[in-house]
Amino acid sequence: MAPRAMVTPMSEHELAPVASPRGDAVLAPGQTFATVEAQIAASVLAGSRRLWLVGIAGFFAVSLLFFYSVTYVFAVGVGVMGVNIPVAWGFPIANVVWWIGIGHAGTLISAILLLLRQKWRTSINRFAEAMTIFAAGIAGLFPIIHLGRPWFAYWIVPYPSNMGVWPQWRSPLVWDLFAIATYIIVSILFWYVGLIPDLATLRDRSTRRWQQVFYGSLCLGWRGSALHWRRHQMAYLILAGLATPLVVSVHSVIALDFAVTIVPGYHSTVFPPYFVAGALFSGFAMVITIAAPLRAWFHLERLITPRHFDNMAKVMLAAGLIVIYGYAIEYFMAWYSGDPFARYILIRRALGAYAPAFWVMLACNVLLVQTLWLRRVRRNVWLLFAVALLVNVGMWSERFVIVLSSPHRDYLPSAWDVSFGTNWDYAMLVGSIGFFFFLMFLFIRWLPAVSISEVKELVREQREAE
Amino acid sequence: MATNGDIDAIRAQLAGRNGDGLWKSLEELSQSPQFPAFLERDLPRLAPLWRAPVNRRDALRLIGASLALSGLAGCGRPPPERILPYVEQPERVVPGKPLFYATSLTHAGYARGALVETHMGRPTKVEGNPAHPASLGATDIFMQAAVLDLYDPDRSPAVRRHGSISTWTVFLAEVADLRARLRRVDGAGLRILTGAHSSPTLAAQLGALSAQFPEARRHVHEPGARDAPRRGARSVFGQAFDTIYRLDRARVIVSLDGDFLAGMPGCLAYARQFADLRRAARIADAGRMSRLYAAEATPTLTGAMADRRIGLPARSIGALAHALAAELGIASPAAAGTLPEAARSWLRDAARDLLANAGAAAVIPGDQQPPAVHALVQRINERLGNTGRAVLHIDTVAAPADRAGTLAELVEDMAAGQVTALVVLDCNPAYTSPLAPELARLLDRLPFSAHFGLYVDETARHCAWHVPARHELESWSDARAYDGTASLVQPLITPLYAGVDRLGFVAALAGELETGAHDILQRYWRTRRGAGGFERWWRSSLERGVIEGSAFAIRSPALRGAVEELPPSPESSAGYELQVRLDPGVWDGRYANNAWLQELPKPLTKLTWDNAAMLAPADAAALGVARGDLLLLKIGDTAVEAPAWPLPGQPRGSIAVHLGYGRTQAGGIGSGRGFDAYPLLAPDGGVPWLREGITVQATGRRMPLATTQHHHDMEGRDLVRRMTLEAFRRDPRQLEQDATAQPPAESLYPPYDYSDNRAWAMVIDLNACIGCSACVVACQAENSSPVVGKHEVLRGHEMHWLRVDRYYEGTADEPRTLFQPVPCMHCEKAPCEYVCPVGATVHDSEGLNVMVYNRCIGTRDCSQNCPYKVRRFNWLDYTYDQERRGTLAALRNPDVSVRSRGVMEKCTYCVQRISAARIDAKKEGRPIGDGEVVTACQGACPTRAIVFGDRNDPGSGVARARANPLNYTLLAELNTRPRTTYLARVRNPGSDAGGASPADGDDGATGDGDADE
Repeated sequence: MAPRAMVTPMSEHELAPVASPRGDAVLAPGQTFATVEAQIAASVLAGSRRLWLVGIAGFFAVSLLFFYSVTYVFAVGVGVMGVNIPVAWGFPIANVVWWIGIGHAGTLISAILLLLRQKWRTSINRFAEAMTIFAAGIAGLFPIIHLGRPWFAYWIVPYPSNMGVWPQWRSPLVWDLFAIATYIIVSILFWYVGLIPDLATLRDRSTRRWQQVFYGSLCLGWRGSALHWRRHQMAYLILAGLATPLVVSVHSVIALDFAVTIVPGYHSTVFPPYFVAGALFSGFAMVITIAAPLRAWFHLERLITPRHFDNMAKVMLAAGLIVIYGYAIEYFMAWYSGDPFARYILIRRALGAYAPAFWVMLACNVLLVQTLWLRRVRRNVWLLFAVALLVNVGMWSERFVIVLSSPHRDYLPSAWDVSFGTNWDYAMLVGSIGFFFFLMFLFIRWLPAVSISEVKELVREQREAE
Repeated sequence: MATNGDIDAIRAQLAGRNGDGLWKSLEELSQSPQFPAFLERDLPRLAPLWRAPVNRRDALRLIGASLALSGLAGCGRPPPERILPYVEQPERVVPGKPLFYATSLTHAGYARGALVETHMGRPTKVEGNPAHPASLGATDIFMQAAVLDLYDPDRSPAVRRHGSISTWTVFLAEVADLRARLRRVDGAGLRILTGAHSSPTLAAQLGALSAQFPEARRHVHEPGARDAPRRGARSVFGQAFDTIYRLDRARVIVSLDGDFLAGMPGCLAYARQFADLRRAARIADAGRMSRLYAAEATPTLTGAMADRRIGLPARSIGALAHALAAELGIASPAAAGTLPEAARSWLRDAARDLLANAGAAAVIPGDQQPPAVHALVQRINERLGNTGRAVLHIDTVAAPADRAGTLAELVEDMAAGQVTALVVLDCNPAYTSPLAPELARLLDRLPFSAHFGLYVDETARHCAWHVPARHELESWSDARAYDGTASLVQPLITPLYAGVDRLGFVAALAGELETGAHDILQRYWRTRRGAGGFERWWRSSLERGVIEGSAFAIRSPALRGAVEELPPSPESSAGYELQVRLDPGVWDGRYANNAWLQELPKPLTKLTWDNAAMLAPADAAALGVARGDLLLLKIGDTAVEAPAWPLPGQPRGSIAVHLGYGRTQAGGIGSGRGFDAYPLLAPDGGVPWLREGITVQATGRRMPLATTQHHHDMEGRDLVRRMTLEAFRRDPRQLEQDATAQPPAESLYPPYDYSDNRAWAMVIDLNACIGCSACVVACQAENSSPVVGKHEVLRGHEMHWLRVDRYYEGTADEPRTLFQPVPCMHCEKAPCEYVCPVGATVHDSEGLNVMVYNRCIGTRDCSQNCPYKVRRFNWLDYTYDQERRGTLAALRNPDVSVRSRGVMEKCTYCVQRISAARIDAKKEGRPIGDGEVVTACQGACPTRAIVFGDRNDPGSGVARARANPLNYTLLAELNTRPRTTYLARVRNPGSDAGGASPADGDDGATGDGDADE
């Protein structure tokens, strides 16, 4: 057993509230190492909470819907989904893009903000990373669900096959495999490395044998020695450096699935940056969507403060503005290029069969996000929660509009047709959201949802600044 | 039943033995006391064999074999009689391993010659017989779909008596009783009802039957019968003639609702002749083409091809004919005043062109027009000197209705109790007539009624007896083509079910039980031909598929009498007129159970699986209805509910419906689809196709209609390039200049090198393409494309590899219709290839874009990235159902892979045919010759609009076509560099007709925009 004192060296010190330059606390006043540790660890180690049980049961039920519908699609065929010729890509592809986007904020918060020394990230990075992993994992399922023959999904992997075949490297779908897989692997590593000191804390605080064994195995013998800390910090920084380009690359590559084609409405050079901005936009919206209830349920108000929400709202606003620029430039390029096919599809997007989704997208992503200019909105947690929720809806609509509306009015009018989601599509979308929250619920009960060691670091820094 | 008792007794004895040595058991059986009686009664054809002691073993052998094989129906073997393969290899057809047999397929009584591909005794694909005048190597959709009918699991498998399974022998016993009874009264009370047929042997048989029973009467009922042309001919010539055309002699054609490209016997030949004067090669070489004026009451393929088209209600076509006659100085010019201005200007120009081309023109009236119009048109053609050149008269071909009664007379006699026995041969009057309900009621009361047909259909359900017919591909028979040419029908497969040959059935009625259809057929032709050298002649007739020199002689009847006044045109009558037409897919309902034809998009509406009430878009707007809104069509006491289909070009005030739907006993595919339009036909003769004073109201309800094309406007995109003949003459190279005016597009990827290889390419001549869709069914048959059903078509899941796009331009009232077949373009820079993550769609060394089904994982990125949207995806398991129904699995082309669920597929340029030709050529150590590879669509095309071959061979047809100044690439701006190119459509509306130039083609609204939005 590692000496407990090494993990919490200054637990006895009372700390005065620390104000940020704008007089705005990253942490609520009166935090000590002990209170931080107690608050966070309690949510994991204390007995069951009814609210949690109800929540996880509910989301498990919704997850079952996901597994049932996926099984049905696998058994019967992708034809039960709302796809046809010409709209051969349907909900699963929109879901991939949406979920991957949600999975973006975690890495941005963890890696980029770490490198930029944005200390406010510490209270939210842990669950944002978990969110990233779960969202990216679910996103990784949808391409398989989308396949006509999902049992051959592994053919996209370059492996020494006795059939002597190899992936076709010009296809962005192959790039996708690497982009998503790399992203998931690096995210998991980054998350796990960050978790190690906290797992040790949990090991030390846990009183039940199985918890001690469980956390003790996971923390890989962490003793909190200075050498451990040094190597940990090194590894963490390196991983942050590795993850940073991935924030840009994953969604850029996903965007290339579309941009590389010649489908009017897909074929656009603005897609990679615009997709990345959209990903950050929806990712931060999802972080807020999760942070607000999490904070209320586990009484983390002193760790996740309005300052966090304010900052996240600002990032959202910035990303949202880039997204709006993307919308504008799409239309501008269609007009400026003189390409009649691109012009036509962009007009049909606004007026055609998919117009409702288009206008929902504009209302949520363009109009609603403007409220974030107001400090009142950014500081009001539940108002912000509502905005974030609607931004998630808007971003899903955006993915839906791009994926489904573009091919429905492409080159030959004779081939034009529409396709909408069937009940199976909706079941999988809703089910995947349920599965996501099911995993999140497991996470907050089994692992520290806020980084203990990093918050402690912050506490110490605040004290020193004083 | 006594006979059953015998069988039961014998069965009991058989069951008592312990089964080893069936032969021995039978030997012993023959000793049983019941056996001679059983044989005498149940197997009368075998009884003589039994009595002759030498042949006793033969009889046993036959009985034993029939017992042993009774469970093995469906094993494909060649029939026992001698049938002969098509030895003389026709030009452009490559027999690979399969054998091709020449035979004939009839449609509404008329024969079209076919070469049927058989694999191991299984007919799988129908090609046209180039030697046959009604095929000329081409096929229509019905011929292509015949093989599906052959394997239809819903075909009647057994003789039925009052709905229960019985046997042919029991039927024969009852026929023997019936004959004995009828002989006493000279056949009084016996009626034989047939559909239209042109079989000389059958006609002789029926004649012999009439001789046996002089008091018996024959009736003919054919929903698509061509009564009006014959009655018209009789009124001007005093005798019925069939009028046929030689359109390759017609520089000007005026169609008065005459759909000679699809709706007439001989339409395949007419289409070829028509196209020969209009194909791009001729336009480019000679700068000339024929001119087609079409007036039509409902849009048809002929109207779609017309250089000058007007839509007029059917009731006004007579006035138009009269006015045309007046312009040409035949009739009084009174009627023209009632025509609208557009029709008058059409008329003036048509008359001027007819006069200028007298002798090299044809005026073609529609079969649906009344006899008076036909009579008048005969006079017009005579006056212009067209008769004897482009317009020819021959004796009537299909079962002359002269001596036979009609169905209405039969029903009248039945109601009066004058009928005691009725035999229904190859027709389904309990469905295909407005008298059907009454007939069904009367049939139930009849002492003896027998139905002979392929299906247990509506009529069979009401007849005491049903005898399953053999399919034409299982039968011996003969038939005549539209020009009278006779040809033989030979069986290519042992009957799949316990069917009976038609000739054998009629022979049985005549008391002749010993002779099989083959012998009956030979006997007839022996009497016609004489015995000398008969065998050689027979052999060559079977091989060629045509009986040489059997075409009817051209007659030159003299006109007589004065010009008849047309019946007064009910111009003033209020309300809508209703035209009832034969369906382009299921015809009069006989093909309703053919899934290929049900799912084939109807050429003009692109509707599948249903019929609809077609009305002018303006009328639809006035009624406040859109596509799929249910209308109540009411005439007298009859009311029918039909979904509305606003159809550009349908004349205002006129509604057209198609027959053939609303069947109740068609089978699993055809029953319960669409609505039955037969009740809307006039019940008592007259002009059956046109009803006046129909009332139409919207019901406020809707039904989904499955169409494969939702959008009909090209949206200003230059997809079907078109120009007038004048514009072409002014600047023949304009398309080439367009193409070269664009900067050469670059590609990231290096070009492929085909310099020492073949480079397959296809050129589709939009001037020749008439949109008939034979290519679509041919493709489906060749490539075993699955049928998906209405529900899946509604969801956009149809699987046709080749589609015929139909666009409109101009106004909704007077649209110009454009057809464009779209197979895979086989792009040089194929957008599908670079996006496939697993390399399942790749370029081959001859430039084909090939699909590797086994490698496909179904990302569908290839389809997303295909600008032509020619790829089709197996969304669900569409072939499993066929696998379970064994007979349909036998239909599949063994040279083509069956695609599994989740796999992309598309047009391959019939790569299996290319492979076959390559293997043949390699074996013989020679290059593949031009024309040696014929794709399925190309082979079926009546007008030879599709050319396929090696682009690298400068002498090949495809290379020549690509050099045509009209050659263009679809969506050339995308730089996909397709191998499939098109020859632009040229219209010849005449100089003073305000002919449109391509520039003003996109003026827009067809009133039928996005129905799906």
